[in-house]
Amino acid sequence: MNQQTPIDHKIILNWIQENTTVLDLGCGDGNLLSLLIKEKHVHAQGIELQDKAIRQCIAAGLNVIQQDIDIGLSEYADKTFDYVILNQTLQQVKKPHFALKEALRVSKKVIVGLPNFAHIEARLQIFFQGKVPVTTALPYQWYNTPNLHFLSIKDFKNYCKSKNIQINQTAYITNGKKTRCLPNLLAETALFLLSKQK
Amino acid sequence: MTDKTTVDTVETRYFTFAEPSNELTLELGEKLGPITIAYETYGELNQNKTNAVLVLHALSGDAHAAGRHKNSKNAGWWNDLIGPGKGIDTNQYFVICSNVIGGCKGSTGPSSINPKTGKPYALDFPLITIGDMVNAQRHLIDYLGIDKLLAVIGGSMGGMQVLQWMNSYPQKICAAIPIATTLKHTPQQIAFNEVGRQAVMADPAWQNGNYYGKKAPVKGLALARMIGHITYMSDTSMAEKFGRKTRANKETYKFSADFEVEGYLRYRGDNFVKRFDANSYLYLTKAMDYFNLLNGHNLSDIFKNLKAKVLVLSFKSDWLYPAYQSQEIIKACKLAGVDASYCEINSTYGHDAFLIEIEQETQLIQHFLKATTKENRNGGKNK
Repeated sequence: MNQQTPIDHKIILNWIQENTTVLDLGCGDGNLLSLLIKEKHVHAQGIELQDKAIRQCIAAGLNVIQQDIDIGLSEYADKTFDYVILNQTLQQVKKPHFALKEALRVSKKVIVGLPNFAHIEARLQIFFQGKVPVTTALPYQWYNTPNLHFLSIKDFKNYCKSKNIQINQTAYITNGKKTRCLPNLLAETALFLLSKQK
Repeated sequence: MTDKTTVDTVETRYFTFAEPSNELTLELGEKLGPITIAYETYGELNQNKTNAVLVLHALSGDAHAAGRHKNSKNAGWWNDLIGPGKGIDTNQYFVICSNVIGGCKGSTGPSSINPKTGKPYALDFPLITIGDMVNAQRHLIDYLGIDKLLAVIGGSMGGMQVLQWMNSYPQKICAAIPIATTLKHTPQQIAFNEVGRQAVMADPAWQNGNYYGKKAPVKGLALARMIGHITYMSDTSMAEKFGRKTRANKETYKFSADFEVEGYLRYRGDNFVKRFDANSYLYLTKAMDYFNLLNGHNLSDIFKNLKAKVLVLSFKSDWLYPAYQSQEIIKACKLAGVDASYCEINSTYGHDAFLIEIEQETQLIQHFLKATTKENRNGGKNK
């Protein structure tokens, strides 16, 4: 692990046990999976839609399938994987509820990483400028954002509660560092380690 | 003049097995022997015999995949992908390309002499399957002293053979790359093949297959090939290649080959009959039509024992072997817990893309083979 490893990758690395199986939904260029293979010797499978990212993953020697997550994971039996990762993915799929349900079905634990739409910077931009926020965690313009759903940490926690999803761990990030106080106001992104409530 | 990226002068070799009393029992029950397989090799087999890559050809292909034969200008059919420093790097891998039984390019097929009659088999040749082709290749691999192949690679009918290897000999391969192929032919795919066969059989020269030594059914076979070529291209690639261009720069309103696309198809058809046997065309297209890995099996069972890594490739404009058929292969891999990668390559070339999109294939195949080699060296994966 080098200094360039992003903080969210470091946190996920910390949460994942050695010699486990991992499915990364929306694995992008595969950097996270490569890190997990190197440091935790996981058995990794990626799913990704973008051509360029697929090439990068295969160049890195990763197993990656070009697929739209919205079609589901029906070919995987229950609890096929120890972990499913949805890092910065869930807010970009058409049916996040369906995607998360499927992720929880095929794995023992699910890791979700989300941008927090209620971060103070976003709130101030909406309130004082009257504009849709463009921040570090939400770097896109309204016309080119891949994000289809905008939610806050509070929204996601409420959602988990209502759907009987257990939150085992949380981590909040701002300015590339972990933060603890007032996450729904001060955290740019949040990570959750989830499992189905027994 | 030497070309550093092309393998040196190559020659086709022949391996004969299944001599009388030891004949090969075919999948449909009949016995065939002796059987000769034409093959070529490029690069060197390493000491541990762990770097062998088997390349499998499509319907009209042959064992000559790379390099040039002595006194010939024509390079092998996948010469851009196979060679020193190329996608399948012959500096690193020992590449074998095997012709199929039933063919007419040096392997035993309907045009071969039937030892029982001293005449060409013609339609006495037994119906062969993709499974028989692969069984014959397995004998060749044994003969070459290779216990386990690093990879099997092929497109279209070659891809079917790859899938058959994954199913029949899972313990014999470390990796598989099926390209632009399918677990089974759809009615549409069978229909195109049937029209091709009917074209051959409607030619009066066909004579129920007994045309050897006489005039061959060249008209019928050429027509079959013309139909084939339409299905190998896409609407876009045809528009780009020919447009509505005419040869005389004017439309003559006659039944001559005015449009460039007409001239092209005629040229392709006429050329094909010089190098291909009409009966082989019938046998091989039937083998493709009967190919069905799902025959009585669940999708989850066909790759059950496979430990190999799989890279499936399809092409966006390929309407003959559409991407959903490759996705079905990936489904089977997922169900079996096989390490799989899948890429739908952006191309306008239709089914032909697997022979044309070399740059994109090179990138993917090169890295995939490298990763396979690395995992092999580390003694397999962490599973």
